[in-house]
Amino acid sequence: MTQVVLRGVGLAYGGREVLVGVDLTLGPGERLAVVGPNGAGKSSLLRCLTGLAAEARGSVELDGRPLAVLGRSGIARRVAVVPQLTMVPFAMRVEALVALGRIPHEDRWRGPSAADTAAVERAIERVGLSELRRRDVRQLSLGERQLALVALALAQEAPLLILDEPTVHLDIRHRVRIMELLVQLAEQDGVTVVAVLHDLALARHFFPRVALLDHGRLVADGPPDTVLAPGLAGPVFGVAPDLLAVAGGTPLGL
Amino acid sequence: MSVRSAPEVGLPDVGLPEVGLPDVGAPAAAAGHPPLARSVARLASARRPLLVALGGLVALLVVLLLGLALGSVAIPLPDTVAILAHRLLGWPVVQTWPSTYETILFDLRLPRMLLAMCVGLGLSVAGATFQGVLRNPLADPYVLGTASGAALGAAIGLLVPVPVLLVGLGLAQLAAFVGALLAVGLVWRLARAAALDSLSSVLLTGYAVGALLAAGLAVAMVVSGTQLRQIVAYLLGSFATASWSQLVVAAPLILIGSALLTFRSRSLDAFLLGEETAAHLGLDVGRERLLLLGLASLITAAAVASAGLIGFVGLVVPHVVRLLVGPGARAVVPLSGLVGATFLAACDLLARMPGELPVGIVTAIVGAPFFLALLRSARAGYEL
Repeated sequence: MTQVVLRGVGLAYGGREVLVGVDLTLGPGERLAVVGPNGAGKSSLLRCLTGLAAEARGSVELDGRPLAVLGRSGIARRVAVVPQLTMVPFAMRVEALVALGRIPHEDRWRGPSAADTAAVERAIERVGLSELRRRDVRQLSLGERQLALVALALAQEAPLLILDEPTVHLDIRHRVRIMELLVQLAEQDGVTVVAVLHDLALARHFFPRVALLDHGRLVADGPPDTVLAPGLAGPVFGVAPDLLAVAGGTPLGL
Repeated sequence: MSVRSAPEVGLPDVGLPEVGLPDVGAPAAAAGHPPLARSVARLASARRPLLVALGGLVALLVVLLLGLALGSVAIPLPDTVAILAHRLLGWPVVQTWPSTYETILFDLRLPRMLLAMCVGLGLSVAGATFQGVLRNPLADPYVLGTASGAALGAAIGLLVPVPVLLVGLGLAQLAAFVGALLAVGLVWRLARAAALDSLSSVLLTGYAVGALLAAGLAVAMVVSGTQLRQIVAYLLGSFATASWSQLVVAAPLILIGSALLTFRSRSLDAFLLGEETAAHLGLDVGRERLLLLGLASLITAAAVASAGLIGFVGLVVPHVVRLLVGPGARAVVPLSGLVGATFLAACDLLARMPGELPVGIVTAIVGAPFFLALLRSARAGYEL
């Protein structure tokens, strides 16, 4: 259960503004899809949300406490980020990969506790990888690997879950599986979910709230039918309204 | 990729080893029989590092005893044990051995064995650390310029015609230590000054600085004249001049540094998926990286200063350990130290059997085929 408040958040790299004055409030169990064209500032917004952008302006608060006060390990216990699909340099079992999510909770001296092991267990079961738990991560399909990375973030047991393009490269079955998992997490466990999505159809179908970014500004924030309406989202993405409908934007009739 | 036919759920598993991962001694059939068999499997996999540790300790002791007993003057094993018991534990043993045995054992062989163990331990722990932080399986303790810095320092030290002895160390050793640290510091400063603190830029800067220092070494070798032999000997690594005073200087640096790295080894796991994920897992990435690389470099500098450039150990030992116990750094870092200590001490024993071979040659001759065989037996699942 967590309340996230962003006030006037901005970010600039070398004088180039990538994010300008973003205000956003998220309640417990809310699901927000962040959409926008490439370079609109979606990933920058996530970096601010996780405290990785040290040079960011404005304030980000979790339950009334600024990120800077929480420190890295404090943030890690409250915010879980699904890692990008990257190469793992060494052979590694699925369960060992998922267990990395317990690092913020583990005792450095005593190692993983029974609670840590149980959390890993739950996370693996939740994404449905129990049968593959002893498999080398590098032998998994892309979809399974993405599920393993989601499990890693779930093992972190943080009230805020952040995903950057979690469905990219995945087939439709895995996309839906991950989306349904996010819905379940929010509705059953009260986890707040923020996901950057390129697939507007997924955003529209699975997220009650959509934030549209353009040139670093939050241009719309609300239910998908409003935000993804052709008149609003079409110009932002630079596509004709009928094409936006094909890509999953709100059908023209609405 | 693997050609393993994965056992489907519910089918009896014929016990194929998990490709690419150590078969941790767990009955693979456990997959078919959930709760009980699975927990048995987990128990077995949890014990695997302990077994390796136990085996490593026994091997270390055996190598130590053999190393003390064997040599140009062979001391009978019972006498070796009796002398150790007598001198170290104050055991009331009737002295039946010539006192030269005691001199050979305590003044020559024991410091030499212990130094070889320390250096093997340090290089392996440093290697595991560098590979983890840099996310590069091909990294060894020398990637950040330590080797070339130490070599150039030693060469310059050897070229100075005045014999200098400071805290029990020769000028060449001191210069090697300083050279190694200066090289790492230079690499670090340059990589940061260019505002490029990404890992690949650190690596590339390391190679560039290494090349520059190697050129300096080449110049030193060209002008060295009669000292050339000594410089070459240093480059190949040797424990022939090991002494207690060397050990007293090197051991604390290596052992304390390795202990600190072991306590922070879980950070290496956090680095596995990259620095951004490490930060998301609660690490202060900049500080942690500086700490880990700094400690590993300090250990490496102490190791190369006392024994010269011994290759192969720091690169290969961590991989051998990963093949045995999996990639978890909490097991890999300390066990690398144990296996590395045993391996280098054994190599040094072999190196002095036929006279006095540079130990760096032996590590490669013994280690490379062994490692290749291990890679083959892992059925190509272990990709570097």
